[in-house]
Amino acid sequence: MADELEQAISGDRRAMARMLSKIENGSVALANLIPNRKPATNESWTTMAITGAPGVGKSVLVDALMTRWASQGLRVALLAVDPSSPRTGGALLGDRVRMSSVDNPDINERVYVRSIATRSSSGSVPLIVEDMAVFLIACGWERVLVETVGSGQAELRCAAVADRIVVVEGPARGDGIQAEKAGLLELADIVLVNKADLEGAERHAGELRESYALDGQDAPDVMLTSGLKNMGIDEAAKALLELKSSGRALRARMRERLLGRHERRLVLHPSYNAVLNRLCDGTLDIEEALIALQGDTNERTS
Amino acid sequence: MDQPLRIVVAKPGLDGHDRGAKVVARALRDAGHEVIYTGLRRTSQQIVDTVRDEDARFLGLSSLSGAHAHLFPQVCQKLREAGLDDVIVFGGGIIPQEDRPALHEAGIRAVFGPGTPTKEILDFIIEAADRSDAGVGQSNAWHWESSA
Repeated sequence: MADELEQAISGDRRAMARMLSKIENGSVALANLIPNRKPATNESWTTMAITGAPGVGKSVLVDALMTRWASQGLRVALLAVDPSSPRTGGALLGDRVRMSSVDNPDINERVYVRSIATRSSSGSVPLIVEDMAVFLIACGWERVLVETVGSGQAELRCAAVADRIVVVEGPARGDGIQAEKAGLLELADIVLVNKADLEGAERHAGELRESYALDGQDAPDVMLTSGLKNMGIDEAAKALLELKSSGRALRARMRERLLGRHERRLVLHPSYNAVLNRLCDGTLDIEEALIALQGDTNERTS
Repeated sequence: MDQPLRIVVAKPGLDGHDRGAKVVARALRDAGHEVIYTGLRRTSQQIVDTVRDEDARFLGLSSLSGAHAHLFPQVCQKLREAGLDDVIVFGGGIIPQEDRPALHEAGIRAVFGPGTPTKEILDFIIEAADRSDAGVGQSNAWHWESSA
């Protein structure tokens, strides 16, 4: 495995893909691979979450951004998350269908796309994605994007895995009061109102700006884009690269990390499946299940 | 806990019919596997790049255009050139019996025609995953005898 690690870090994509699987499966711990990880600062980022409701056009937008950055010579990787079936554990990972950048021979040396299923984690992004992103950076990728499962306004787990949060909105997303509601929009470092070629986008962007104006000076920018029609992509690509952290998300980020790690401890507990089965057949109640899953919490990665 | 198998389902060539590929992808998903679907009209090189980058253990190829005799072996050859010898390749679509021996010879471990029960494909996956000689760059002594 030492060989595979060395190959991965020196640019062998097959070895890198295999190491990523090992990290994802928990068969190696990142801490043993990469001793010194560089923390992000408020000034510069390496990992950016792209999140927003299903159908707002995240994949097409991400593809347009990656095409732009790779054309400028940047090496950019995407971890694209889709949901696992809660019944069978299987998943259909379809984000590649909309990715033209990986098929473009002029730039695809500088584009890496990896499809990821949520597996046993709840929420829009499994926490292990953070470790996979760190590994990609160690392999020489300059920026890592994390496209979350299409998610709602209360889904904040992406804050735990990325240095920056981009919220993608669509046109005509409800009336003006939607922009006032608490949740994901409060954590955004920038908001892109996508599908800007459609009616209602301008108005929605205006509502968001009005709402943010009440926050005072550190409000995030709201920009209009269309991934499909290639509108506003140059401007967005530039703004995203230079995006500073709003700093507003620090507490939420720590909270999501804490909750995410706690969840992972439960899920990785050796008795997790047995306890679930006993909950199903009624031989345990929830309190007893929680007690059974306490202690003996040797998490695989730290 | 067993990890799900990662399986790329791909449509090489120019035909625009992906109903069969989608049915197979769905059956594999429902059996607990992680299926990466590529979409239509992929070149051999794009498919091989996808298998490499996604670290897939299996590759399923679907062709209804009659180009399988050319495209399937080409994908197998490119997989071997990329060092992906342990990837297990299977195929499906309108593929006449007389074309199949050549495909097995090229490294395709199973060929499923119209009417194959999806259960049979799942059984193939389980058996092939257990074998140590089913990869596209390994000995070609074994292939699955399909019922359709």
